Amino acid sequence: MSLPRFTFHRLWAIVLKEFIQLKRDRVTFFMMVGIPLMQLMVFGFAINSDPRHLPTAVRLGDQGPFARTLVQALRTTNYFAIVHETSSEVEAQRLLQIGDAQFIINIPEDFSRKLLRGERPTVLIEADASDPAATGPALASVNALASTIFNRDLPSPLARLRAKNGPVDFRIHAHYNPENITQYNVVPGLMGVVLTMTMVIITALAITRERERGTMENLLATPVRPFEVMVGKILPFIMIGYIQVTLILLAARYIFHVPMVGSLPLLYLVSLLFIAANLSVGITFSTLAKNQLQAVQMAFFFFLPSILLSGFMFPFRGMPPWAQNVGSCLPNTHFLRIVRGILLKGNGLAEIAPELWPLLAFLVVAMAIGVKRYRQTLD
Amino acid sequence: MAALEKDLAINVVGVTKRFGDKTVVDAIDLSVRRGEIYGFLGPNGSGKTTFIRMLCGLLTPDAGTGTCLGYDVRTQQAEIKRHVGYMTQKFSYYEDLSIRENLDFIARIYAVPDRTAAVQRSLERLGLTQRSHQLAGQLSGGWKQRLALAACLIHEPKLLLLDEPTAGVDPKARREFWDEIHQLAAGGLTVLITTHYMDEAERCHRLAYLAYGRLLTRGSLAEVLANAKLTTWRVTGPDLLTLATTLRAQTGIEQVVAFGNTLHVSGRNPAQLNEIIARASDPRHSWQPIPSGLEDVFISLMDKAKDNFS
Ligand SMILES: Nc1ncnc2c1ncn2[C@@H]1O[C@H](COP(=O)(O)OP(=O)(O)OP(=O)(O)O)[C@@H](O)[C@H]1O
Ligand SMILES: [Mg+2]
Repeated sequence: MSLPRFTFHRLWAIVLKEFIQLKRDRVTFFMMVGIPLMQLMVFGFAINSDPRHLPTAVRLGDQGPFARTLVQALRTTNYFAIVHETSSEVEAQRLLQIGDAQFIINIPEDFSRKLLRGERPTVLIEADASDPAATGPALASVNALASTIFNRDLPSPLARLRAKNGPVDFRIHAHYNPENITQYNVVPGLMGVVLTMTMVIITALAITRERERGTMENLLATPVRPFEVMVGKILPFIMIGYIQVTLILLAARYIFHVPMVGSLPLLYLVSLLFIAANLSVGITFSTLAKNQLQAVQMAFFFFLPSILLSGFMFPFRGMPPWAQNVGSCLPNTHFLRIVRGILLKGNGLAEIAPELWPLLAFLVVAMAIGVKRYRQTLD
Repeated sequence: MAALEKDLAINVVGVTKRFGDKTVVDAIDLSVRRGEIYGFLGPNGSGKTTFIRMLCGLLTPDAGTGTCLGYDVRTQQAEIKRHVGYMTQKFSYYEDLSIRENLDFIARIYAVPDRTAAVQRSLERLGLTQRSHQLAGQLSGGWKQRLALAACLIHEPKLLLLDEPTAGVDPKARREFWDEIHQLAAGGLTVLITTHYMDEAERCHRLAYLAYGRLLTRGSLAEVLANAKLTTWRVTGPDLLTLATTLRAQTGIEQVVAFGNTLHVSGRNPAQLNEIIARASDPRHSWQPIPSGLEDVFISLMDKAKDNFS
């Protein structure tokens, strides 16, 4: 006398219904396309464009021509805009602290003397690395400068001073110890962030909306099963997820010129797992929340660690252990590694497999909680 | 009139529902025969909707047993859902779907055979063909009711549970609605219907009246009226307002209701009523006994229940 627990016709009924509702809900549809575009603009251009002409303070201990040449050379990299010259250490530190200067170049008193003696004088570059993306390229340019800087100024008798590792010893002191985040790193990472944000919110609203509009009573009075409702509500948004993936990949390729070394079909395939994982988190929130506002709040609480602790905003290895542990429980952390791995390093299935299992586990657990929490009565 | 179990569409005993420490439905017994139109009446908040929700598996009863279409109301809710059409008190179809899409959705959920034809038939029968592409949210109240009725009939249920299906519907549409219900019942469908309209109550085969979660009376119209033992007099004449005030102050008078130029005066104790009438006698007024109406009976029952329970 037991009825089939799952039927395809009921699942399909829900899928079709959701599609029609999605088609009618223009605002949601455009949000789903608009959010990736907006985030691409914000993270891709505004934050992560290769920043140049960063305000720089020079503490000149030595006023000699060699020191002048050094300052000039730094200026011509275009990364450093010398906005302050001071001889006071305190003053220089203050500029860095209040953010008026991103860098302090410390040229010591004995710079020229040591240089001429071939003693590789030390130039300390202090960087405000609170935004590591901003300082990374500038600091990289200093290293390129080191070996060639005095090629013209040190005539042949002194040519021996053009040592292999350069006549000057540049020491870089950053406040943090960041991984070198580049655009190549951020744009692929955006894929996970955008999907997390939109997929969780859209489904978090799915069941609370039915409850708030009163349509839940009708749905519950029909023989439809929890699993059918949940999967039926997830499937249409997988399509939306793929539209977003495609948008970001197009932008990565044609706007940000991110190298794509690995297999795109593999990336598309793996994205399915990640999209489904996020959708089931949303559905689960939807069964827990009392109303749509609560559902949005829950989605937001999930989104914050997903963006902050996943390795998108901050280098994962630079985070304290507890944050790494939290991050490891989030699907975005693993997806970021997968996407960066496939696109930038050309990873194949074998290399990304260790990141796939956590995604799968997450999907199963979220779905199980959702199905369990889905109330089949109004009690 | 011990009906056979298989002749009963609904047969429940002692059904109880509590929300917190409030007992909303209190040990209700109800049996409804197959093919019967059963009216369910009661003041706002008396537990009608809650009771119906328990019948179709939307709420789990805290106590009580019974069957709905032969299926156990506690354990076989999935089977019950397949054979019951439930029309909710508040419109609960999708406002952003068209009429046809709503019907199509429900038909798919129930796996109605030959779905397209079934949807078309149901549109035609309810006169919705012309509007089938209109979004449900844009329909007027009356048309929403028709859509809801069409939707809960599409899988050819054996039992219809209608929760105030005609609230806010104009008289002509209401009459058509009831003609439709009678036709369906003649075809063997059982209908349990809640309403606040007395004329609709009179169109039911049998009635039950609920207040404070308890069944106060039930039976056919004639039985309900007879059981109430209420005596009603009609007064005509001048200055009825003063008379009404005087009468209301007396014990033994339950209701004094003005109907146009007449006053209806009811009480449960005929002797006491006669005495009061004799005392209040004014030659200008003419008194004559009339049969009590259903409304008088229900209000009387509710007043009595209020004295007893609250
Ligand atoms: N989910 C719930 N939680 C708590 N109390 C509830 C719940 N649902 C209903 N009630 C209470 O139960 C009582 C009965 O409600 P119900 O909706 O069954 O009345 P009703 O007879 O259908 O009234 P109406 O004629 O106004 O539709 C009311 O006092 C209501 O506040
Ligand atoms: Mg009600």
